Amino acid sequence: MPELKIEVIPEGTVIDHIPAGKWLKVIEILGLTKPNGGTLLIASNVPSKKLGRKDIVKVEGRYLSEEEVNKIALIAPMTTVNIVRDYKIVEKFKVSIPDEITGILRCPNPNCVSNHEYVVPRFKVESREPLKLRCHYCERTIEGDEILGNL
Amino acid sequence: MDWKGRDVISIRDFSKEDIEFVLKVAERLENELKGKGSLDYARGKILATLFFEPSTRTRLSFESAMHRLGGSVIGFSSAASTSVKKGESLADTIKTVEQYSDVIVIRHPMEGAARLAAEVAEIPVINAGDGSNQHPTQTLLDLYTIKRAFGRIDGLTIGLLGDLKYGRTVHSLAEALAFYDVELYLISPELLRMPKHIVEELREKGVKVHETTDLEGAIPELDVLYVTRIQRERFPDEEEYLKVKGSYQVNCRLLKNAKETLKVMHPLPRVDEIHPEVDGSEHALYFRQVFSGVPVRMALLGLTLGVL
Repeated sequence: MPELKIEVIPEGTVIDHIPAGKWLKVIEILGLTKPNGGTLLIASNVPSKKLGRKDIVKVEGRYLSEEEVNKIALIAPMTTVNIVRDYKIVEKFKVSIPDEITGILRCPNPNCVSNHEYVVPRFKVESREPLKLRCHYCERTIEGDEILGNL
Repeated sequence: MDWKGRDVISIRDFSKEDIEFVLKVAERLENELKGKGSLDYARGKILATLFFEPSTRTRLSFESAMHRLGGSVIGFSSAASTSVKKGESLADTIKTVEQYSDVIVIRHPMEGAARLAAEVAEIPVINAGDGSNQHPTQTLLDLYTIKRAFGRIDGLTIGLLGDLKYGRTVHSLAEALAFYDVELYLISPELLRMPKHIVEELREKGVKVHETTDLEGAIPELDVLYVTRIQRERFPDEEEYLKVKGSYQVNCRLLKNAKETLKVMHPLPRVDEIHPEVDGSEHALYFRQVFSGVPVRMALLGLTLGVL
């Protein structure tokens, strides 16, 4: 089992099925790069039946909530999350795209007020499949690569 | 719906009931005004008009509406004379102005500026145009004009002509018309077609939409022809503008094939897209449309101020 290549954690969160190569973006979005963010164990390019190759991030000593992890749904929609206590998985959930995306995505419209004033960018999710977002401020919609390019 | 303190930012925030309510109040105020000459619902209230981008018609229409309601007006008509030029943020300007007034009307060259202003301000904010995004009061006065002319909006066949790609007026109007049982002809040069996502949205909402470049062919079908100017300032590329400049004109020859009851509308200012010879005809509704701006804006000011 490829998962065994990195140490099993006693307490914390295992973020699995991240698309290969996206682990750095994932820990950035989740704010895990800060010194007090907990110990991270990272496996990248792990063979996966579902994805071909995948990344795994294990966060020791921290339990991430569903709401927190949903922030990464835009770049890693297949992600599954395991909460581990005393070496056992006590909770398991899949990320899902929230109704509103706040703070992690910049509006691609150069004339949008959110790119000029001190404002937290906000997007309403108009459709999940295919993913379509609408800027709360300028009301333009963005899709596909435009979303990924502005994360 | 409690209107007191409500912001008017985007036609997307409106339900059909909201729209109908505003139109009803506007009609009531128009009739009251005819009877009394002036009203005093907003006595002691101050409107601040913040025009970061010039606009004669919209600003004067709001100011006239506030005066007719018995209130008073402060404001500026270009950003050049304000502390924005010194580098002040929009949020700070709004927080300052709201100390001096009871309601704010804002026009700004950036999309989303009115939404931001509304989030910052405690008092109601009305959007008078944010870049190429929304101009909801124009849409409401357009609907009011149609309703006053025909007694209804349902069942009409409406042509939108001109710059359907960049024109915010036609985007909001089309979105609002989707609440009604209408048939739409979207008439434009190929380069200026209505954005695909709007056409799809209209169809999803059950509007029968025809896209065409053939104005003459569409004319006999229409009850309303809504003409827009091709706005040079909205084009990212001058060459693209030159390709479509002057590509259509509504004149008496064209209108020979129209229904006798066809009404021609235009948000104005016009350049050459409607020949002045049309002005005297029964078809011309665009000056009546200008008039509608006042009762509709009176309704919005009065409702958001909570004085009606």
